[in-house]
Formats: sequence, structure tokens, C-alpha cells
Amino acid sequence: MDKNQILADVQEIFREVLDNDEIEINFETVADDIEEWDSLSHIQLIVAIEKQFKIKFNSKELMEWKTVGDMIDCIANK
Amino acid sequence: MQTLTQLKRNLKSDLTGLPSFKLAVVGDTATQLLCTAIRGMGVERGYNIGLFEAEYNQVERQLLDPTSDLYQFNADFIVIFQSTHKLGEHHSLLSTEQQATLADERTNFIASVCENSALAGKKIIYFNYPEVEDTVFGSYANKVESSFTYQVRKLNYELMRLSQQYQNLFICDLAGLQNKLGRDMMFAANVYTSTEMILSMDALPYVASRVMDIVCAVKGQFKKCLILDLDNTVWGGVIGDDGLEGIQLGHGLGIGKAFTEFQMWVKKLKQRGIIICVASKNNEDTAKEPFEKHPDMVLKLDDIAVFQANWETKVDNIRTIQSILNIGFDSMVFLDDNPFERNMVRENIKGITVPELPDDPAEYLEYLYSLNLFETASYSNLDKDRTKQYQVEAQRVSLSKTFTNEADFLKSLNMVSTVSGFTKFNIPRVAQLSQRSNQFNLRTVRYTDADIEALADDPNVIDLSFTLEDKFGDNGLIAVIIMKPLDKETLFVDTWFMSCRVLKRGMENFTLNTMVEKAKAAGYKKIIGEYLPTPKNKMVEDHYTGLGFTKNEGAATSQFELNVNEYQPRECYIEIK
Repeated sequence: MDKNQILADVQEIFREVLDNDEIEINFETVADDIEEWDSLSHIQLIVAIEKQFKIKFNSKELMEWKTVGDMIDCIANK
Repeated sequence: MQTLTQLKRNLKSDLTGLPSFKLAVVGDTATQLLCTAIRGMGVERGYNIGLFEAEYNQVERQLLDPTSDLYQFNADFIVIFQSTHKLGEHHSLLSTEQQATLADERTNFIASVCENSALAGKKIIYFNYPEVEDTVFGSYANKVESSFTYQVRKLNYELMRLSQQYQNLFICDLAGLQNKLGRDMMFAANVYTSTEMILSMDALPYVASRVMDIVCAVKGQFKKCLILDLDNTVWGGVIGDDGLEGIQLGHGLGIGKAFTEFQMWVKKLKQRGIIICVASKNNEDTAKEPFEKHPDMVLKLDDIAVFQANWETKVDNIRTIQSILNIGFDSMVFLDDNPFERNMVRENIKGITVPELPDDPAEYLEYLYSLNLFETASYSNLDKDRTKQYQVEAQRVSLSKTFTNEADFLKSLNMVSTVSGFTKFNIPRVAQLSQRSNQFNLRTVRYTDADIEALADDPNVIDLSFTLEDKFGDNGLIAVIIMKPLDKETLFVDTWFMSCRVLKRGMENFTLNTMVEKAKAAGYKKIIGEYLPTPKNKMVEDHYTGLGFTKNEGAATSQFELNVNEYQPRECYIEIK
């Protein structure tokens, strides 16, 4: 799957879960860049992404991501 | 069910004006999102919850140390969530002998929390333990007392016993919820491993909902009445078209089994005290025929408190039922297979619950189980008689129409009342009525059995309960008074509530006559009454002035005063039994 397409889909999920339509993400975005993205909403994002892409992340992956790019690489490899 | 994201969004809306209460959550795993879900579900049910989340994994310290933050917070409800996972960790560190007493050890801890006098008056909501089968012994675990499976099951059983023993302990049935939703839905191993969160995102709204079910029931918000459509809801087919032999019921014809099992469930609800009514578009005779003649009908006419079968709209019929039962629309559930009727009722009757029944009647029950519509905070054997009482009420309504003079009608009823303080025989009913009464309730203070027991033991409190019996039957205990001294001369009416079943019988006059008598005998000169408005008790706004009290203009709330010595007994046609 095209990573830019994944990015667009993931952005929609961010907006929905974090309840903010103005959120813009790119491959370098990290949690500190987005106010609503804390450790709790992170879990919600993970679960929402799993559902949307019908995939399952393993617990090691969940701990390793630093950037949105890491997340998208991981989705693309599933 | 709402999603966690929706519940979270609720918290961004304007919550001012919503009634509030304090709830604390203590858990041995990460509970932040559970707290968010509970607060969000609180908004769904009309509450702005003041929530305290104890620091993670301090269950024992928070609950046993009277200087802890939890005690400082002074919650109305304390939710305790000790997880099966942590219990399993503990189990794995014990010797085989110790493992065999794991359930007892945990039960003793919970008992000590319930007995903690510093927590008196608080409601404890304890999550029971969803099973995690570790298969260490396989099915053989059932034979091995020290096995984890054995101990978890024993613990859940002991929790039920504890909750019978301690009135302030309510079990939130997480194990039951997991049976319904499945362990794979309730628990996400990857999320748990990376975050210590034991409940999955999908499970959180359900768990929060079950917590709020208990909270609302304790606060007096629960379902009292189930209204049923007939054709394709209670039986398969259309009685008017298919006839008595053609409708599907029982194990013979078509999908009759689904309807029979549905009726068995309704019958159990009726036996538990839920009022069952019928609203059907049919000729009355046609609609009643299966109840009278069909051998496979589980429900009989006797089970139905109000039977409305005619060609009026369902909305009109439900309003008629409401006027006879005198309970709020928000305590009613309406079941109908027809989406059009459901929508019409939903749109026109505010507050009524109208479940979106599945198309396939085979799915009715499993769907209804998932909603947990009939949570309650009390149960007494008298609940069973409620249907009879409403049927009798319908008779009284038709008798009253034959009298032109109200006094003559009241005299003809030959009413007698038993007046008594709170005793071990009536305490459960007094507590239950304090939780149920919404309309004729001056201050809407909710009491549990334990609270009422404490009041009964307090020599300064004047506690009165009233029954009412007439020639049609016994209404049982229908009114309660709790008066507390403010000073040597003044009594304050802390509680005055009455069942709406006995409105317009002069019971208020009889009650006040008794109150004044008791006050005089104890040497008091004044009685102060207070009206605290709620969305439901407008009916008694002018209660005290109507009974001859004078409004206290100076007070911050609506307060009223009665001079005991100048009081003239009010006219009524009720004799003391």
C-alpha cells in the first residue's frame, strides 16, 4: 500500500480520535508536536489504526515507534 | 453502545447544570481510560461526575489508611477494580497450601473494607473477576482446590455472599460481561503488555455502562415497567390474520421457540417486580384470546398490569398506561418489532427506552441481555405482588367513577393504615421505597438498608412508616416519615415520601395528623418542612402550604413551618389498624 495514502488515512484517524479537525501530520511528526497526543490517546490511536487497516500490532512495535513515519512503515509492512 | 471516542467527546460539552456526585476509582492496573469512560458515560446518563482516581496500584493503602487521598476526597461511590491478572501474579508466587486459600484471603480483605467504619455510608462497587483459564491443569482444575481456575470461581461465588452480607457492597459483574462479550473482545494482550491497561478500548464503554447502571439504580433511576407489543413480539405472526392456531408459539410451529423463551424471560421480570403492560393495535378480544386459550402462552392475563389493545396509536396507549401507573416515562421500556412504531414512540415520548430489536426474533433475547436494562439496587419479596396492586388500582379507578362526591368514595373504600417505626421487617421496603420514589418525595434523600437501620437505632429520630389497606386489597407500606430534631422545640422533616399508588386518598392528611401527634408527645412545638426541587417532584411543590404550613420567607431553600399546638387534625377517612 502507498505510504502517502496510509498517511492520509492515519491523519483522518488522528483527527477523529483526538477530536481536532486541524491536525496535520507528516512522516516526521512526533507526539510532542500534537497537544492531544499523549500516552493515553496513543493507545486509542493504535487500536483505531488496527481496526481501520484490519491489522494487529505486536507489543514490541507499540513500544518502539518514535515518529508517525515509524508507524506508517509498520502498517505498510503488515 | 457508544465508543470511547464519543464518551470522551461528551466531556467537552457544557456540563454545568448537570447534577453531580463524587466517585473514586481504585485499581491495581492502569485505570485512566476507565475513569474517562465512566465520566463520559455519566454525561450520557445526565450526571457530571466529580471523579478521583487513586494512584495506580495502591488499592490496599488507599482503602485501609484513613489518611489516604481517597478518604480526603470523601466519595459517594468507590469503584474497586482488582484484576484477574494481578490476582494470577499473586497466585503464582504462593505455595500450594497458600494457593488453596487465595480466595479466602481476598474475600477477607474485601470484608475488612466493607466493615471499615470510615467508609460507612459510601457505596462500594467491586468488580468481580472475569475468568482467565490458565490451563495449567486443564479441565482437571475443577478437582484441584489450589488451581487458579478453582480459586477465581470460588472468589466470585464468595463475592456474591459478601454482597448479601454487606448492604453497601455492590458487585459489578465483569465476569458476566465477559461471558457476553468474550474474552478476546474484553482484553487486548498487546495493549496490556505495553500499557498495563487490562480492559480493551472496545470493552471500556460497556464496563462504564455497567458501573453507571449500578450508580443510577442506587440513585433511584431504574426501569420499573416493560410495555410489550404483541404480534411478532410476544408471538410469531399476526393474531388478527393468522388466528389462534396460526400464530407461532412453543416448540411446534415455525420459530415459536424464540417467542416462548422470550415470554419466559418476561415472566421472570414480572416475578422480580417489573410491571408488564401491553400496547397492541388489535381488537381487545382478539388480542386477549391467546392469553386465555393458547396452550403454549407462558404469559397469562394475570401477568399483565395494564392491557391496552385498541386502534389508538401506541403513543396514546403508552400515555394511558403511564397515567394509570403513575411512574415516569424514563422508567419504562417499550418493545416492538416494528421500526416505524418504535420511532414514533421514541419521537413522541421523551425519556422512554425503546430498544432497537433485531429483525430475527431468535436474536431478541441475546440482544436484550446485552443491554442490561433492569439493573436494580434492591429486591424484596413484596415486589412480586406489584402487578396485582396495579390491577386493583384499575378497579379502584372504575369504582371512583360511580361516585359524584369524593368523600363518599373515600368512605366507601374502608381504608385502614398500620403505623409503625422502622423495624427489621419493614427496613428493606423502607429503603427500597426511598430509592424508588421520585414524584411524591419532598427532599429525595436516598437511603440504603444500612442507613435506615442506623436511623431506626437513633433515639432522637422520629421514624414512621405507613401501610394502607382498603376493601380491594393491601397496598403494603406506602409512606415514610423521618423527622430529626433541630433543637429542643423544633423537628425537621428530613424525609417525606409516598407511593404514587395512593395519591388522592387523604393519606397526606392522615400522615400529618400522626406526625403532629408524635411531635406533641415528644414535647416539640414546631415542625419545619423543606421542599428540594428535582426534575420529577414538581407534584409536591405546594405540598406543605396545602397542608397549612407557613412559608419561611427568610430561608435559602423552600422551607415551611407548622405550629404544633395550634394544629387542628385534618379530615381523612383512614382508620388506624
